[in-house]
Amino acid sequence: MSASSTPGNPSLTGGAGATFAGSIHEWVTTVDHKRLGLLYIGSGLLFFLIGGVEAALMRAQLAMPGNELLEPQEFNRLFTMHGTTMVFLVGMPIITGFGNYLIPLMIGARDMAFPRLNAWGFWMFLFGGLVLYMSYFASMGLYGAGTAPDVGWFAYAPLSGRAFSRGNATDYWVLGIMISGFGSISGAVNMIATTITMRCRGMTMGRLPLFVWMMLVVSFLILLALPVLTAAQVMLLFDRFLGAHFFDTQAGGDAVLWQHFFWFFGHPEVYILMIPGFAYASEIIPVFSRKVIFGYSFMVAATIAIGLVAVGVWAHHMFTVGMGRGLNIWFAVITMVVGIPTGIKLFNWIATMYGGKIQMKTPMLFCIGFLGQFLVAGLSGILLSGAPLNWQLSDSYFVVAHFHFVLIGGLLFTIFAALYYWFPKVTGLMLSEKLGRWHFWLFFVGFHVTFTTMHVQGILGMPRRIYTYPGDRGWAIWNFISSAGVVFQMAGVLCFLAAVVLAFKRPRRAGPDPWNAWTLEWSTSSPPPAYNFLTLPEVRSRRPLWDLKHPHDPDWEHE
Amino acid sequence: MLGAAGLAAAETAVRTPAFFEPVAEPAGMILDYGSLLVATCLGIFIVVMGLLIFTIIRFRASSADDGLEPPQVYGSDQLELAWTIVPVLLVVVLGLVTAGRIVAIQRDTAPEGSLSVRVVGHQWWWELEYPGYGFTTANELHLPVDRTAFLELESQDVIHSFWLPQLSGKTDLIPNRRNVLWIEPKETGMVVGQCAEYCGTQHAHMLLRVFVHEPDEFERWAQEQQRQARTAPGVEEGRALFARTACVNCHTVRGVSEIGRFGPDLTHLMSRTTLAAGAATNDRANLVDWITDPNHIKPGARMPAMKLSEREIGLVAGYLASLD
Repeated sequence: MSASSTPGNPSLTGGAGATFAGSIHEWVTTVDHKRLGLLYIGSGLLFFLIGGVEAALMRAQLAMPGNELLEPQEFNRLFTMHGTTMVFLVGMPIITGFGNYLIPLMIGARDMAFPRLNAWGFWMFLFGGLVLYMSYFASMGLYGAGTAPDVGWFAYAPLSGRAFSRGNATDYWVLGIMISGFGSISGAVNMIATTITMRCRGMTMGRLPLFVWMMLVVSFLILLALPVLTAAQVMLLFDRFLGAHFFDTQAGGDAVLWQHFFWFFGHPEVYILMIPGFAYASEIIPVFSRKVIFGYSFMVAATIAIGLVAVGVWAHHMFTVGMGRGLNIWFAVITMVVGIPTGIKLFNWIATMYGGKIQMKTPMLFCIGFLGQFLVAGLSGILLSGAPLNWQLSDSYFVVAHFHFVLIGGLLFTIFAALYYWFPKVTGLMLSEKLGRWHFWLFFVGFHVTFTTMHVQGILGMPRRIYTYPGDRGWAIWNFISSAGVVFQMAGVLCFLAAVVLAFKRPRRAGPDPWNAWTLEWSTSSPPPAYNFLTLPEVRSRRPLWDLKHPHDPDWEHE
Repeated sequence: MLGAAGLAAAETAVRTPAFFEPVAEPAGMILDYGSLLVATCLGIFIVVMGLLIFTIIRFRASSADDGLEPPQVYGSDQLELAWTIVPVLLVVVLGLVTAGRIVAIQRDTAPEGSLSVRVVGHQWWWELEYPGYGFTTANELHLPVDRTAFLELESQDVIHSFWLPQLSGKTDLIPNRRNVLWIEPKETGMVVGQCAEYCGTQHAHMLLRVFVHEPDEFERWAQEQQRQARTAPGVEEGRALFARTACVNCHTVRGVSEIGRFGPDLTHLMSRTTLAAGAATNDRANLVDWITDPNHIKPGARMPAMKLSEREIGLVAGYLASLD
């Protein structure tokens, strides 16, 4: 299949002299991996703004005890939609988008292995997301009961069953996620096939950029985990519409079975979201430290190890359901084991920086924030893995703090790093360093004011997902601080949006290689042409551009 | 080890339900274990964060940079081995300690001489049955000090979670399952907690209070709870109204009607400090408000507004307020 079905200028604005309608048509019908990557990332960022507004509303409600800003049902819908949105409609498309855009460029290919499947996957994701948000308008349906789903993003049975979730809101949740899941699965198939079969000459598996290695592991995890969720959702639909009793406890069904299915997907999902963050950091930290990644093969091995262990730890989300001692011990210990390969990665990143010349550009600032915050996230994860302590901390705000440290402090910070790092490649334009710094510092401060504080509420006994709390529990001041942090985070995001607008208003040309980097995507023009490379490159090491720039001391003499 | 802060003399003063101030086992055992875990993680944090900060400061590119690339170091097997083996050892030690604590805390069967309580979760309140004494109450658990209480946890509808941070960790109440939990209170006084698993609209108002008494005081309370509801002089009309409206379909008042199981047992309603699982204090004014429209106090509550007249509401509230 042809790599590029759209002739002419492949830049952001479409072909020269294209009309607006023509440009829309080009974007909608595109099978180009770069455009699809941008569509993924762009729609992910739009959903990110929606999910952010949902979070801000919840923090406004919780800023004071006994607040009556939101009705309980409205609050319950908000946390359900916020969680579902951020995981399935923000995290998933953005990591898939970066994978789509960068994998072919990094391995010296002209497109993904299956361009049409790629387009299909994106539109499945987008329509899945729209189906979910349709619920706000449509799920009143014939019942007049409920609008958006309000069962929480993990939709525990039997609360999600017919008896306790009347109306169609929960069905919108099931169908929206299921449809976007088909997109993710097809994307994973595509990334695996591309990485295995489309590498340029000389690009052995041992020379793959770490980004590509990590996305390969992520893709296998998606293939393993997402179908389990899809299957469980089909079973839930059977329960809800066909009178099946998989999870229907009133007819002898099993509520814990859903939890096993959900978390068998849900825990690998955490790594599906987090390993791409590692992938961005593994590309960015070496470039801004001016040093080769430390311990390449150990990084690859650690990633594979994380992927393998990730599928064996799911029930650490279930220490409170009353499993036997044996299971509790297994899941506690195996969860602690995850800390070993994760620690190896952290040490390797620090060792990469050690002895380098660290340039504090915006992408590097976000990566350094990531390193510190991910350390905290990992350690609070160790605390949660100790089952007896988990009996206290589970389902409290401590857990909320922990997974926001993972997904914001870890993933989102690296996504921002990646956006600043690859924006010049994608658009040919530089983002403002000054606004980037403002973005980083505002977001960094806001993040810690909100989420470092949240550990405290949890330790003080505040459960998650409550729409209000009495004033005499000693939680009020901490909640107020948590809510105040939102203002800084929003200001930070506004700086990012301003930087993007400014980049187009007052363009500063980036050139093909603004960061003096080493991987193949920087060898082609910015933005890359539709066919990516005029002639397919041939590589002899992990850093082909280093070899070009240092012919007297090429990498292949050291690997 | 139990926290030094004892329970205040003022029995109903609410204190922050912080698990680092335990007043019972196994909360004390969990705190000891947690402290060890926190100390270990804090140690790791200081070492790694120190390394990170040192690296950032020491190796920041200077403004007078010569533009040359720094020496390229591709890796070191010795270092990799070191930062693999040390964490492995840590995990082995922590894993063994964790396994030991799990075995020590988790019990399947009631110990000899323990007090048996059956806890049933409802949307959104707690049914508390004392099988040994033959009565049922709601939302406020009374326990004797220094005696193990063995709780059976079940649910009538969806999953709930029983959490009193100062007494023990949380355990879920799951329909079709029976979970167990033991508590051995070490101090008298009141502690608070609440449902910790999202269970629908009013998950936030599924609060729980526990009163720990001296043994003789507990026996007195239990005997009071065992007797049938009394009819105080002057409330006969309210009692009759209560008995012939739909109230009794859901609520039991022993001595009046014992068919209602869907709502809390009201036999000794006024012995409790709160209404609607902690959503309001239990007094006459709130009772009137609650009967008039439960949604006013607790939006989404399962109890319907019965559309009684103002006079009827006054009579029913007057009767309920006499159920001490």
